[in-house]
This record gives sequence, C-alpha cells and structure tokens, in this order.
Amino acid sequence: MITYIIRRFLYALPLLMAVNVLTFVLFFVVNSPDDMARMQLGQKHVTEQAIQNWKHQHGYDLPLLWNDEQQGSKCLSETIFYQKSVNLFLFDFGISDSGRNIGTDIRQRMWPSLALALPSLIVGLLVNITLALLMVLFRNTYVELSSSVLCVMLMSVSSLFYIIGGQFVVGKVLMLVPISGYDYGWSAIKFLILPVLISVVAGIGSGARWYRTLFLEEVEKDYVRTARAKGLTETQVLFKHVLKNAMIPILTGVVVVLPLLFMGSLIMESFFSIPGLGSYTIDAINRQDFAIVRSMVFLGSALYIAGLLLTDISYTLVDPRVRLS
Amino acid sequence: MIVLWTDGLIYFLVVAAAVLAVYMSRQAHMRRPLHKIAASPVAMASLTLLLCFVMIGLADSVHFKDGDSRGNEAISLLDVACTTMRKHTEKTYSAPFSTHLYAKETIALDDGTTRWDYPRLQYGGAYLQNPEAEWAGDVFKKTLSAFSKGAGLLLMILLLAWGDKHEQRRRLSRSRSAIAVWVVMFVMVSGCYTLFSLSAYYHVLGTDKVGEDVFYQALKSIRTGLVIGSLTTMVMLPMAIVFGIMAGFFKGWVDDVIQFVYTTLNSIPSVLLIAASILMVQVYMSNHAEDFNNLLVRADMRLLFLCLILGVTSWTGLCRLLRAETLKLREMEYVLAAQALGVKPAMILFRHILPNVMHIVLISVVLDFSSLVLAEAVLSYINIGVDPTTHSWGNMINSARLEMAREPIVWWSLAAAFVFMFALVLAANLFADSVRDAFDPRRANV
Repeated sequence: MITYIIRRFLYALPLLMAVNVLTFVLFFVVNSPDDMARMQLGQKHVTEQAIQNWKHQHGYDLPLLWNDEQQGSKCLSETIFYQKSVNLFLFDFGISDSGRNIGTDIRQRMWPSLALALPSLIVGLLVNITLALLMVLFRNTYVELSSSVLCVMLMSVSSLFYIIGGQFVVGKVLMLVPISGYDYGWSAIKFLILPVLISVVAGIGSGARWYRTLFLEEVEKDYVRTARAKGLTETQVLFKHVLKNAMIPILTGVVVVLPLLFMGSLIMESFFSIPGLGSYTIDAINRQDFAIVRSMVFLGSALYIAGLLLTDISYTLVDPRVRLS
Repeated sequence: MIVLWTDGLIYFLVVAAAVLAVYMSRQAHMRRPLHKIAASPVAMASLTLLLCFVMIGLADSVHFKDGDSRGNEAISLLDVACTTMRKHTEKTYSAPFSTHLYAKETIALDDGTTRWDYPRLQYGGAYLQNPEAEWAGDVFKKTLSAFSKGAGLLLMILLLAWGDKHEQRRRLSRSRSAIAVWVVMFVMVSGCYTLFSLSAYYHVLGTDKVGEDVFYQALKSIRTGLVIGSLTTMVMLPMAIVFGIMAGFFKGWVDDVIQFVYTTLNSIPSVLLIAASILMVQVYMSNHAEDFNNLLVRADMRLLFLCLILGVTSWTGLCRLLRAETLKLREMEYVLAAQALGVKPAMILFRHILPNVMHIVLISVVLDFSSLVLAEAVLSYINIGVDPTTHSWGNMINSARLEMAREPIVWWSLAAAFVFMFALVLAANLFADSVRDAFDPRRANV
C-alpha cells in the first residue's frame, strides 16, 4: 500500500512540473514582461523608464531562463522562471502585482470558500441521491417520465438564472435572508443559506440524472434479480443492495472533487460577495493581476492532482476487487 | 461580401455536416439509429427547433459592407431583415410594448413650460395619438393580424401537404413525429412572423440601457451561441480523435505520452486556463492594435480564440472515451485478421477502428453542445467570454443583472435571454438524449 501511494505520488510530480512549465509559457513567453507592464500602466504615454521601474518592482527585469551576468548556480536562480515558477512548488506564491502577499491571502480566503462549498456538496449529494433513488423506485411509471422531463428542463437553465432568480425571490421579495455579504464565525450561516440552497437546486437536474443512470445500471445486474427472487421488497433491494453497490462510483466521484472545494466556486462567491478564493480569482482576472492568476492555476492543478491521488487510494480501500498493481 | 474567420469556419462546418449526413444515410448500419431518431416525436420536434435557430444563425453569418454608412462597418443578412429594429433605438430603457420611456425626465411643452413626466418613445407606438386609450386595442389588432398572416402561411403549406396524393409521402407526413414537426413549425413560423411584424411598431421585448431593441439583441446572440457550441467541437474533434485512437491502438510509450498530456491539461482548472489565455490574447491584441482596427474583426477574433481555448480544454474527455473504446476494439477478431493479412496500421486505424468509434464521437458532440452554450454565459459574466461588444446572451445577462435592484425592476433583458437560451439548450438536450439512445449500442434493444 505504502509503495503504491509513493509511486502514485512520484507520478504526480512530473504532472505538476508540466503544469508549471505550461503556465510559464502562457504567462511569460507568449507575452513579454514589457507587454504586461504596458497593460498594467495603461497603454498610452508610458515611458521606457516607467516600464523598467514596474518590471524591477515586480521582479520581471530578469532574463527568462538563463542569466549570463551571474556566476555558478545563480545563472539559473536569478531568472524569471526560477523566481516565479519554481517557488510555486514550495507553495511560496510570492507577491501579487498590487503588492500583497498571495500566500497569506489564500490562507485567509480558503475558509469562506470551504464554508460554502462543503455544505453545498453534502446537501446536494443527499438530495440528488434521494431523488435518483425515488426515480428508480418508480421506474416505468409516469412519475419517472415526468421527473426525467423535469430534470432535462432544470438542466437547460443557466446557473446564472438560478442565482439571479434565487436572489430576487428569496432575498428581495420575501426578504428572508440578506442578498449578499459575509460574516465570520457562526453569523455566517444566514449569509450561506441562500447560496447553498441555490447551488443545490442548480445541480439537481444533472446530478439526479447522473445518479439515476448509475442506479439503473446496477438494477439490471444479476445480484439484484437474486435479491428479488429471495423475496425482498423493492425498497429493500434498492436501499440495501443497489445503493451500497452504487456507492463505489459515487464515492470516487466525490473524492476527486474534495480538494478542489478549497478553490471555491467562481460565480457563486462573486454573486454573493463571499470573500473566498473564487471571488479572489475573479477579482484578479478583472484587475489583470497575472501573479494571482498564475498562483491560482498552479494551486488548482495541485489540488486536482491530489484529488486523483485520493481517488486511486479510495478505490483500493472501498472496492475489494481492485488490486494494487 | 466580407467573410470573417468564424463565417468561413461556419460555412465549412455546414458543408461538413451535409457530407456527413449524406454519408451516414448511405451506410446500412447507420440506418437503424437514424430511423429510430426519425420515429421519435421529441427528437424531431427539437431538431426542428434547432434548425430554426441554425437558419437564423446562418443568416447572421453572411456579412457584407453596409451601403449606407461611410465607415467599414459590416452588416449581415439578419441585420438587413431587422433594419427597422436595428435603427429604432430609444434613449434608454423601455418596457416591452410600452409607448413611454422607463425613466421620468423634464419635457418641454409647446407653450414653453416644462413638465416632469415619462416622455413618449421615439419609435415604440409613436403613431398613437392617445396612447392610454388606443394602446390595448392597437396592440391586440396588430398582434392578431400579424399572427393570422403567419399562421395562414403555414396552414396553406399544411393544406398542400395534406392534399398530397403520393401514398408514401402521405404516410410520412402523418406519422407522429411529422405531426410534432408541424406543430413546432407552426409555432415558430407564426410566432416569428408576429414578433417581426410587431417590432416595426413596438419594441416587443423592450429596449436596453442604451435604447437598443432587446429582441434584436436576442436574435443576434443566437449566432454567438451556435458558434461557441459548434466551432469548439470542430477544434477539439481532430485532437481528440487522433490522440484517443493512437493512444488506444499503439499502447506503449505513445499511450503514456498522450495520457500524460491530457492529465496535465485536465488538471488545470478550465476556467482559469481560459482566463489566463484570454488575458494573454487581450495583451496581444492591445499590443498589435493596428491588426485589429475593425470592431467586428476584433470581436470575431476574440470569439475564435475563445472557441480554440474551449476546444483545448475540452478535448480530454472525448479522448479518454475513445482511448478506452479503441483498447477494446483492437482485440477484436476483424482487427486481428487485418493485422494477420499485413494491412498497415494506418490503414487499420482508418478503415476499421475509426468507423467503429464514430458513434461515440457523434454522441459526445451533441452532448457537449448544450453545455458549451451554457458555459458561454458564465464566461461572459466573468469577463473572459466573448468581446463585450459582441451580442451574446451572457453579455445580456451581465448587463441586466444589476438592474434587478431598480424599482420597478428591469426584467425584460433577462427574460429574453432566459427564453432564448432555454429554448436552444432544451432542444439541444432533448435531441442529444435521443441521439444517445439511438446510437449507443448498449441501449440498442431498449
């Protein structure tokens, strides 16, 4: 087991390296630091001196890959690639273009993101699985037909409309909860109810349909027929046998997104002005803060790779048929 | 005539789709699923609706120089059809079918005094002498006459089809799916006709902040949605097919490399990758401003870039599916037989593997379409979608969402975007479902 995990871990390293190189190419080779400086300082009437100053301030005035002016190992370390990309491996994100420490910001903003994403995931999972089970229980009836039509319709609505509609009805017309905002500690709950509710409702269409296909696949298997032949009722078969076996794909599907919960949801957070990582990223995109976007790309990929790792491990733990190889 | 980049690609796509359709209808093993789709009323109804959208999108893809304006502005066929709507711009917001502006302002009266009131619209119902009294009757009369004209047109075609003496065609035009098609056609044709002729007199869906007709915006947005949904697929298909099949067929180091590439791409959160790329494109464009002096060309390039980037981020899913399927197929007897007979690997891939994974490609193309249309709206909201000057549903939502706080609320832009998007995505989803049911071999006997 340990060797397996170590091997998977070693496999993740080149992936991270490739991500790193890719972001480097995207951010520094396609456009030179001069271009970025011009973008930040405004297009017109920028003197060469101002660009040099900006580059020096943000550490972009080094050569890209190889520094001829330095000696020894400094040839490699005194470059943009080393300074900006390699440090990401140590989760040292450096300073944003507006001068703030990105690492501190991320540590601070992680928790509101998690406070929104975790309840959304859990409640959404429970609701979707329940609905899917009900749909399978009433299969080949009008209940199933109408609910699958409803699912397709729910799927066809853009998530933006769920948010706008929810904010309008619950927040503005009924005035049950504040429309947006955030507070730390337990008082955050009243700000979180609406976003969680909306993300659950928005996910029902695709979620319930997906779990339904999972359950339907299981229902047709032989062990279900055996269970019915034993004389078990349909509900017993579904909840005891089908649900348990379908848990394997459900669980692994959930595990892969677990680390990404830290990243938060981009639109939810910015609509409800929750100071999480999602709105942080959007702000950075809008301000064209390259340093933050770069760090978030790296963080996101690192978390995704961690998710893959966790999925592999959880597969081996849950499914006895899977052997480590 | 001006051919923009996306226009050219759209023409190419239409030709490719036509060729594919002809090719498929000639293949014996493709007939069963095609018949299954044709027999399903839901599939045919949604296909009709999709084709209506495609027609509007195509009309919007034929660009030529505007004869009236001196500048180098290009307009499309749709713009010509909507000339009245396009030119009838008011000052600011106005509700659907209203005759007055949304906001009060001081109006100079004839006798020199001023009054604080809602001013009349410049075009919407401008010919009414006494709007309060005449408005309802006029709207009713105009709607009824336009609707009866549109409905009459279609009823006539229906009568022609009904009176058809040819036995096979008669049976065909009375099957359940044909009736569904007729119903959708009836609603679409008479509805479109009504809305089009009404918009000569009123703003049927109101006007937006700068006074532009919302119905016109919604119509123009159709092209953007279709381009994103279809061109992205075109970008990703070659990559997904080539890499997926190669990884599955050759195994070994080829497989390792391809798997490594798509895991890397997959691990970058797609929104962030898109954001980073769009930021880079923006920097590039502002540094090479002289190449993008035309507003339309600039917006078009950004749309194309968006499709490219979306394609790069979304090919991995299909690639993985194709790899798994090819791994299965390469052990089949007919592939082994071909290998034993000394057929070259390239030939095996092309002749034996590719046709047998086509159903997966087809299914994933139609399934992806609706999610891409939805993604456009979200991306535009984060400002990393299409150019702000491009008409798109995402931009409509984006500019309208802040107006929900007004009193009385400005709901019509959102409602228009909602209805159009919902219709397109719902039709695409329903059609995708029936395509999957028809082509998926696992569901063949259901």
